[in-house]
Amino acid sequence: MTHDAGIAIEHVSKRFGDGRPVLAGVSLSVAKGEMLAVVGASGSGKTTLLRMINRLDDPSSGTVRIGGVDVASVDPVALRRRIGYVFQEVGLFPHMTVAENIAIMPRLLGWDSARATARVDELLGLVRLDLSYRSRLPRQLSGGERQRVGVARALAPGPEMVLMDEPFAALDPLTREALGRDYRTLHDKLGLTTLMITHDMIEALELADRIAVLRGGTVVAQGPPAVLIDHEHPYVKELMQLPRKLAERVESLLAAQGKSGGR
Amino acid sequence: MDDRFADALARLPDYLGSHVLVSVTALILGLAVSFPLALLALRRPRLRAVLLAATSIVQTVPGLALLALFYPLLLGVAAFSERLLGFGFSALGFLPAVLALALYSMLPVVRNTITGILGVDAAAKQAAIGVGMTEGQALRLVELPLAIPVIMAGVRTAAVWVIGTATLSTPIGQTSLGNYIFAGLQTQNWVFVLVGCVAAAVLALLVDQLLGLIEHGYALRSRIRMALGASGLALTLLAALVPTAMRAAGAYAIGAKSFSEQYILAALIGDRLRASGLAASSRDGLGSAVIVDALAAGDIDVHVDYTGTIWANQMRRSDVRPRAEVLNEVGSWLKAQRGIVMLGGLGFENAYALAMKRERAAKLGIRSIADLARHAPGLSVAADFEFFSRPEWKAIQEAYGLSFSRERQMQAEFMYRAAAAGEVDVISAYTSDGRIAEYDLVVLEDPKQAIPPYDAILLVSPRRAEDKAFLAALRPLVGAIDVETMREANRLASTGVTPAAAARWLWERIGR
Repeated sequence: MTHDAGIAIEHVSKRFGDGRPVLAGVSLSVAKGEMLAVVGASGSGKTTLLRMINRLDDPSSGTVRIGGVDVASVDPVALRRRIGYVFQEVGLFPHMTVAENIAIMPRLLGWDSARATARVDELLGLVRLDLSYRSRLPRQLSGGERQRVGVARALAPGPEMVLMDEPFAALDPLTREALGRDYRTLHDKLGLTTLMITHDMIEALELADRIAVLRGGTVVAQGPPAVLIDHEHPYVKELMQLPRKLAERVESLLAAQGKSGGR
Repeated sequence: MDDRFADALARLPDYLGSHVLVSVTALILGLAVSFPLALLALRRPRLRAVLLAATSIVQTVPGLALLALFYPLLLGVAAFSERLLGFGFSALGFLPAVLALALYSMLPVVRNTITGILGVDAAAKQAAIGVGMTEGQALRLVELPLAIPVIMAGVRTAAVWVIGTATLSTPIGQTSLGNYIFAGLQTQNWVFVLVGCVAAAVLALLVDQLLGLIEHGYALRSRIRMALGASGLALTLLAALVPTAMRAAGAYAIGAKSFSEQYILAALIGDRLRASGLAASSRDGLGSAVIVDALAAGDIDVHVDYTGTIWANQMRRSDVRPRAEVLNEVGSWLKAQRGIVMLGGLGFENAYALAMKRERAAKLGIRSIADLARHAPGLSVAADFEFFSRPEWKAIQEAYGLSFSRERQMQAEFMYRAAAAGEVDVISAYTSDGRIAEYDLVVLEDPKQAIPPYDAILLVSPRRAEDKAFLAALRPLVGAIDVETMREANRLASTGVTPAAAARWLWERIGR
């Protein structure tokens, strides 16, 4: 299961202070260059899992490795500066401009300002935002634009690895679609390793190479979309119901249209 | 009216400059202590609770009491440092005022800094840590900037409080806009009171608005607004401080307590010094307990005190001795114990006395308290709120076997009017009070010398004891003012004439 260059989560368990288990023996891996979506409802432990990778949380037992190295042995601040992190909703610093937000990690890493400025412009281009956005404040942006800046900020120092915490959940469907596809393009182009948390199976099916389903703190299924579609686990079946129904409905609509068109 | 306003305006540069200097220093000191303390207590709930409780308690101490408490405290510290390190410092005026006001400014700054930072959106803090900031970087780059509006609100509150409370630093010897208010209240110079209040309010509002401008500039990322606010503050500071800085240093400081007679005599002393070519500045509105220490320490160079006050408050004596004996003993005690030089009595007493309306006294044939004792059971007496509980009253009663049909307490002004209207027969009075002349009262003689003497005496600080020019300028005042003259000067001051003008009248009168 271990991939030397990717993320390996091995038998990780986590209990809260009150003894309530959040994660129970979770093992997952993300290969280098792969995009893994972890799907689960709220309370399934998926955010806790994500936070353990860059040590915003530490497991009660088990190990998280990045490139074969146990993250518990790495300075957490240095670790976080190597990993891009896209936050749900309010991830941007409201008092900083778009450019300042994007340049924050380079600044923490001690880049000179000319290099950081050039990088900001490059990233605005990558996430398809006009350079005039540079001096705007987050509150002057739409939700979609804000999350584009969020993605740009995560990619600023040139990380090999990106963690995404329900990045597109708060966006309207069209924006979410466009942003998701743009990100996937970037992922491939830059050769990133991405772990994305989502509660939306449709999004996972569309974007991820592999999907892991998390329920009650354990992984109930994982595999490529094609495998999960026919998975017999009742919860996975339940999750697949909505995309299936949607697909059938669209198919039947198209078929009906086809008939009428043939007349 | 014009005269009083002109007098008030002439004092503005000095009062305003000192007020700004003490307020700004206190505020800067307060901020310099409050911010680190607040940050230190931020993640330590127990320390936080202690700090907030302590600053709240300070806030509940009345401003005047807090300022007054710093004086004896510093006096002790100064004596200690003198003995231990070989140098002392002035425990009067600037230092205690700055320390007390700085302490006073802490609550809003500490509270707003803590609540401001703890109130920052948790998501922003999460993001800061998530992108790889250390706790310190998160505080500096994210939490503090986001808490600025709340912190600035605290700073603005502190600034307004300090500027307002600084008016109370007058009684501990720090010149401030409070000098107008204290002097005005004492001499019933409402122009002074009004000028003091308005000036303090305008200053507080101006500083608050300029700080607000900086805050808005920060929020809107408008460098122009921030620069405007900052240069406005700098300009205010400069405008207030330049006249003070240019004032002649090394001038003789004349102390005065906070009542009319003292303001008049201080002005008179100032006139005398200037006539002799010496520079003089005044420290008026000093508390009665503070002024002798100030003189001994050389914070002031000269002031007028009263033998009875030194006798009771400094020498802790309660026996009643003849006037000349008290004068002598006070003089030698001051020299021996405090190094203070008593140049001599001015020639009048400001003692407690019993007074009656002139025609009523004449009708009853009363000239002395002994005469009064015979009629007392059929008469009523009124006094201020303090007199009946003072040892002087007990001494008089015992010496003469006085017993009135009725004792009433009332505010001084009403007491005089009641005597003039015949509503009461006898009142307690001060012998040099201008209202004795104004209401045509007569002071009853005290043949048994039961009332302690309160001779006005001219006192000089130890460091000026050998200053010949200074002493020569003052000496003509000794024995120069009789009680009728002082009464008239005091009466003038109570009718709206400024102390300076009353002093000029007095000068001409004693020069004749």
